[in-house]
Amino acid sequence: MHMNRQAFLKSSAGSLWLSAMMSLNRSDASFDEATKHQRSGGIHHQAKAKRIIYLFQSGAPSQMDLFDPKPALENRRGEDLPDSIRQGQRLTTMTSGQSKFPVAPSMFKFQQHGKSGMWFSELMPHMATLADDWCQIRSMHTEAINHDPAITFCQTGSQLAGRPSIGSWISYGLGSQNKDLPAYVVLTSFGTGRPDDQPLYDRLWGAGFLPSQHQGVKFRNKGDAVLYLSNPAGVDAQRRRKTLDRLDKLNRKHFEDLADPEIQTRISQYEMAFRMQSSVPDLLNVADEPEHAIQKYGPDVKRPGSYAANCLLARRLAERDVRFIQLFHMGWDHHGGLPNAIKLQCRDTDQPTKALIDDLKERGLFDDTLIVWGGEFGRTVYSQGALSADNYGRDHHPRCFTTLVTGAGVQGGHVIGQTDDYCYNITQDPVHVHDLNATIMHLLGIDHTRLTYRFQGRDYRLTDIHGNLVQSMLT
Amino acid sequence: MPPTLRLTPLIGSLTYLLVGYLSHDSQAQDPIAFNRDIRPILSEHCFQCHGPDAQQRQGELRLDQYQDAILAGQSGKTAIVPNQSKQSEVYTRILSTDPDVIMPPPHIGKPLNQNQIELLNRWIDQGAKYEGHWAFIPPVRPQVPLADQAIHYPNPIDRFLLEKLKSQGFEFSTKASKETLLRRVTLDLIGLPPSLDEIDAFVADTSENAYEKVVDRLLASPHYGERMAIAWLDLARYADSNGFQVDSSRQQWPWRDWVIDAFNQNMPYDQFTIEQIAGDMLPDASLSQKVASGFNRNHRLNGEGGIIAEEWRVETVIDRVETTGMTWLALTLNCCRCHDHKYDPISQKEFYSLFAYFNNVTESGTLQGESRNTEPVISVPTAEHLQQQRDLEGQIKKAQQDFQLAQADIAKYMDPWETEFKKTIATSKPTWNTLDPTTVKARSAASFAKQPDGSFLASGENPNHDVYEIQSKIAAGPLTGILLECFPDPSLPQQSLGRYPNGNFVLTRLEALVQPPQGSAQIQAKISAAQADYSQKDWDISNTVQGNSGRGWAVDGPTRKEICRAMFLLEQPIDVPENSTITIRLVQETLGQHNIGRFRLATTSLAKGAVAIAGVQIPDSIRNTLALDPSQRSQMQTKELQEYYLKVADGPIQQAARSVETAKKQISDAKASWPTVMVMQEMPKPREAFVLLRGEYDKRGQQVQAGLPKALPALQPELPNNRLGLARWIASRDNPLTARVWVNRMWEKFMGNGLVKTTENFGSQADWPSHPQLLDWLAIEWTEPTVLKQAAGKSLHPWDIKGLQKLIVMSQAYQQSTSLVGKEKLLEADPENRWLGRGPRFRLSGEVLRDQALESSGLLTKKIGGPSVKPYMPEGVWDETSVYGDLRNYKHDTDDRLYRRSLYTVWKRTAAPPTMLLFDAPNREICIVKRSRTNTPLQALSLLNEVTYVEAAKMLGQRMMLSPLQTTKEKLKFGFRLVTGRTPTDEELQVLEESWQEDHQYYQEHRDKAEQLLAVGQSKAQAQSPAELAAFTLAGNVLLNLDEVITRE
Repeated sequence: MHMNRQAFLKSSAGSLWLSAMMSLNRSDASFDEATKHQRSGGIHHQAKAKRIIYLFQSGAPSQMDLFDPKPALENRRGEDLPDSIRQGQRLTTMTSGQSKFPVAPSMFKFQQHGKSGMWFSELMPHMATLADDWCQIRSMHTEAINHDPAITFCQTGSQLAGRPSIGSWISYGLGSQNKDLPAYVVLTSFGTGRPDDQPLYDRLWGAGFLPSQHQGVKFRNKGDAVLYLSNPAGVDAQRRRKTLDRLDKLNRKHFEDLADPEIQTRISQYEMAFRMQSSVPDLLNVADEPEHAIQKYGPDVKRPGSYAANCLLARRLAERDVRFIQLFHMGWDHHGGLPNAIKLQCRDTDQPTKALIDDLKERGLFDDTLIVWGGEFGRTVYSQGALSADNYGRDHHPRCFTTLVTGAGVQGGHVIGQTDDYCYNITQDPVHVHDLNATIMHLLGIDHTRLTYRFQGRDYRLTDIHGNLVQSMLT
Repeated sequence: MPPTLRLTPLIGSLTYLLVGYLSHDSQAQDPIAFNRDIRPILSEHCFQCHGPDAQQRQGELRLDQYQDAILAGQSGKTAIVPNQSKQSEVYTRILSTDPDVIMPPPHIGKPLNQNQIELLNRWIDQGAKYEGHWAFIPPVRPQVPLADQAIHYPNPIDRFLLEKLKSQGFEFSTKASKETLLRRVTLDLIGLPPSLDEIDAFVADTSENAYEKVVDRLLASPHYGERMAIAWLDLARYADSNGFQVDSSRQQWPWRDWVIDAFNQNMPYDQFTIEQIAGDMLPDASLSQKVASGFNRNHRLNGEGGIIAEEWRVETVIDRVETTGMTWLALTLNCCRCHDHKYDPISQKEFYSLFAYFNNVTESGTLQGESRNTEPVISVPTAEHLQQQRDLEGQIKKAQQDFQLAQADIAKYMDPWETEFKKTIATSKPTWNTLDPTTVKARSAASFAKQPDGSFLASGENPNHDVYEIQSKIAAGPLTGILLECFPDPSLPQQSLGRYPNGNFVLTRLEALVQPPQGSAQIQAKISAAQADYSQKDWDISNTVQGNSGRGWAVDGPTRKEICRAMFLLEQPIDVPENSTITIRLVQETLGQHNIGRFRLATTSLAKGAVAIAGVQIPDSIRNTLALDPSQRSQMQTKELQEYYLKVADGPIQQAARSVETAKKQISDAKASWPTVMVMQEMPKPREAFVLLRGEYDKRGQQVQAGLPKALPALQPELPNNRLGLARWIASRDNPLTARVWVNRMWEKFMGNGLVKTTENFGSQADWPSHPQLLDWLAIEWTEPTVLKQAAGKSLHPWDIKGLQKLIVMSQAYQQSTSLVGKEKLLEADPENRWLGRGPRFRLSGEVLRDQALESSGLLTKKIGGPSVKPYMPEGVWDETSVYGDLRNYKHDTDDRLYRRSLYTVWKRTAAPPTMLLFDAPNREICIVKRSRTNTPLQALSLLNEVTYVEAAKMLGQRMMLSPLQTTKEKLKFGFRLVTGRTPTDEELQVLEESWQEDHQYYQEHRDKAEQLLAVGQSKAQAQSPAELAAFTLAGNVLLNLDEVITRE
């Protein structure tokens, strides 16, 4: 028992983000397995994915305008949604008072792509070229009907605040592969389709009841990317080095007096902080990228804080072996004026997403990186507000939505699940958010039922007491 | 760093495990204690399927109760046959090697180890005696051990601890130095470092009770309440915002101030409890008691569009049950929301019976609008507020007298007006002259197309906030008003009037200026009134003249879609010269993208009162009266004309009338600005309560009445079965949990760990107490004091918080040195320091770290209470992920509010203060009992570089530099003492001084760098020599980052 743990810790030496492993409440068995699988990054079994890039589309993209074509609906344009389809399911109070629920067929043309013949709407020309790489899950469903609880549910497995986020669980379970950067990095961007869209919350990347070093480090778009990274004005790197050397000397003397090992941890944290002061700027400085490499991310790439710029950073983070890279792109909540707004959102995301995946392939990272693209729920087939020839809106719809997955261990060119003719209910192979999260963990070498944390007398896990692997998603 | 460094505690904890097992073995012949030895095994390995949860129970076997465990089961076998392990099915099954038979089943992943199996064996053979869960059994006062050592160890705490220590072969460590002890107790009790005077005085005081005097002084400090409040705010999920999607502001600080005050007053804990749970229901509840009940209104409130109010009302009630259970009883009731508790004897039905106590508040369940409190709410005026009200009432009286005097002279004022008014009517042309603009442009790239009716239609870019600028020639003569007409258009979203996707717009304000020819000065139009033919509810046109960019004029664009007109009247007419140009700006900066779609502008020269949106509007009767000679007018006509005059013209009478109105409005505004606080308020008739299946608000099961879980003592018969009764039951000595939970929390606060390590959970899964007897003794002593010392000269009472704390900090255990030098064995045996063979040592919280830096640098503002403040935060801290709510565009304060104690920092739940979060503060969305204590590089960056800490280093540097001490060495020594509380060694001082010399030389050579460094933070440094101060600043930076300073030694 001794040896295994020591060996395990030694082998991941230098990784201070791992210090949390000390307090893991896991059984010794999982430590043994950790030793066995650590080379692949897994703790319960061999991992397919060493890292994950989760491209969260916040606000809920409309599945029937992007991925799940329902051409027959054109014949039912403006008809009231039949009760046989709605089945008395609850609506938000934004539309529950509407006297009519007019069916709004998508305005956008769909086409099949690749050998697999996967459908994409005309709004996604770039992502469509990767048809044979994507696994398209059309039968995603969730529980909440409002944004805050729904996005919290995707991220933490609970609608209510207080649970750790998926990235924190991964950081807690797997630790970091990089000694100079955090294990879980978050990048956010506002969408152009709806600049005043749904906000994000710290809790979405929070550590909940896990030790707080597992919380996602959100890179900021203004000022220091990592909080307080820059030395104060008038203190350059050399001066900082000198102050740290003195601090080190004094702290070591203090250690001689007290012999508390916690002092040595403190000393090493200051050294790590110093290293981050160069590793983070190095990560962010894209000057070393040739112009053509940047250009393929599209015109927004030079605007800091854009989705395109964040995709480029995601690639650079992946190259540096950051474990969990999560982008949040806001602006998908299209209650009105959907056709115009969704065009802008797709313009934001389509090309950069493809460029990111192309880059991962070029660098040999695609095969051990899991990539997820999706939002917190779907949108209604009926129009919120008036339906016109070229305008409609859609309300929240938790009963079905589409999420795309690709990369390590994912079956490409594959569609999972079906929805009914109204894209309202799932008719085949439902995939719950817990199922998707369980499968994500599985690909990272974690058994979602066994990565637990004891809190308030109970063993908690990301998937609560739920979650089944989506076998058909896996290669 | 070498990885081995971090390994030490791990090895330690492994050894601890081994020692733990060994010590069990050493008790081999002791009788088994069910709660200590057996319950943890059953709870962890068996109760999941054979425990209280009826839904999950397998094979109808229940092992959590004796009478069930000894019954013959379905198979005919008996789980437990007392005294006969071999006959007991439980024992047979755990020994089995057959995977289909063995218990626990392998798929559960919780196998038993040999030691556990052995314990179960012995327990059955000793009669399989069950005990109720220890924490649910009322404590009995234990004998204080080591009676013979009472002279050396008068504090019973020490004797309990020593008994255990000695049994393991250890003793207490030596006492900490006086300096260290003073800093420790000062940080613990008031959260600030001791001053040098206080250090000197304590070191010099050789009297026997020197330390006790210090403790009494600290307990009497007004900063004690602030220190105590910090942890209570985590429990109470206190914040300045509502949470959830919008996360707009609320005003709950009067409740926070109540907490500080209650701690400072040393309010007994039972009263503290009752007032917070049900202060509103006390007979003749005082304002303060009602404010206290705000505890259970600190929960989040959802205001997201489209939510169902009942769903969220149920969430708030559940939040109260969970928070109250966690805070006072350390029970995790939330498990029972959806199903029976898996470990604790609390059923889902019992959870909803507790729910029923909190279900009767007059609330809607949703947020009632931004930047205001949500009902039920009460006003909390301060003494200043009440004085202000009396002053204003005096002003009204005076203005009313003025009005009556002026009224008497009405004819004097009316005659000249009448002459002027007749002239205006005679010379005025059509009321509104449509402008024919020369240019129409937007600040953005939006473009405008002129329409046949003279209006302009916007297209192209529609940015978040746009300003339209219209320039036009304007006819000479008086300019008295401007008309804005807005039209729907098929090209606009929803075929409505505005450019936002829902077809609405919001006009923030209209600005106008007249440019006379030949470069004469521009004349700014001052718009004093506005009217519209239609305004959306809460978006009245009057918003546009009140200088409030958070509001504006909107027109129900999504639903109404009709032409809307607004008229803007100038306070004073502008006399427009020939060949002038007018520039009008339509400012739209209230809501994102809410820009006007199609509009037309016109001006008027008619006098106030003559002008209306629809055109000239002078009543015929007034025209007729004006046509008559005054002598010819009837009394009624004269009166009507007077009233008309008073309405449309301006003069001393109107001015006096306005003064009255203004003062009245000031009173009502002042009242509206009185602080309010959200409180509990009971409905006359309770709501019906039901079991909610799977915890969902709309899946009602069986109806339930308010009631307590059977596993806990019953409600005393004299208490009412409502929230007040519940509060009194919680705060009663008969409650087995309340006193233990608080005593344990205090132990954790002062000793690093709780006696029960799981401070947050006293249910069956709770850790077995390290010193069960001490825990019970403290709980009883606290509620029925016998030896508890008088604290701070106040008479002692049951539930005396200060008295309990004094007892703990007066113990020798608390006063020990933290050094581990030569204590390898102790560290190995007790790495977490549960036995307290050495002083507790741990990192300070984010709040205390910041307060300490402010205090030692002399920056701290020591005001207590009041509205929350805005210290430095990173740029855009509220805006990176949200454009919702009123908490946006963070701007730090620029006065002494920058330096208030950290517990006053404004707290937005979805984007909480980063320097607090980095140091493990929770985000305050839910009740949190315990913070983790991490040690991360991001903390290092924050203490090295965050502006507060750099500014504190600068001002600490300045304190050193300006001190009257002669040498640099002496000055550095002074600074070192300020932050650590002790005198540095020669070696330490040498490091500091050499560094200072080096930095001083560097900054002499780089004066610009020195000046840059000294410019950090708002406070101005008084440096003759920037290089000297810069060198002291870097010394300050090092001092504030010393491990010794970050840590409570």
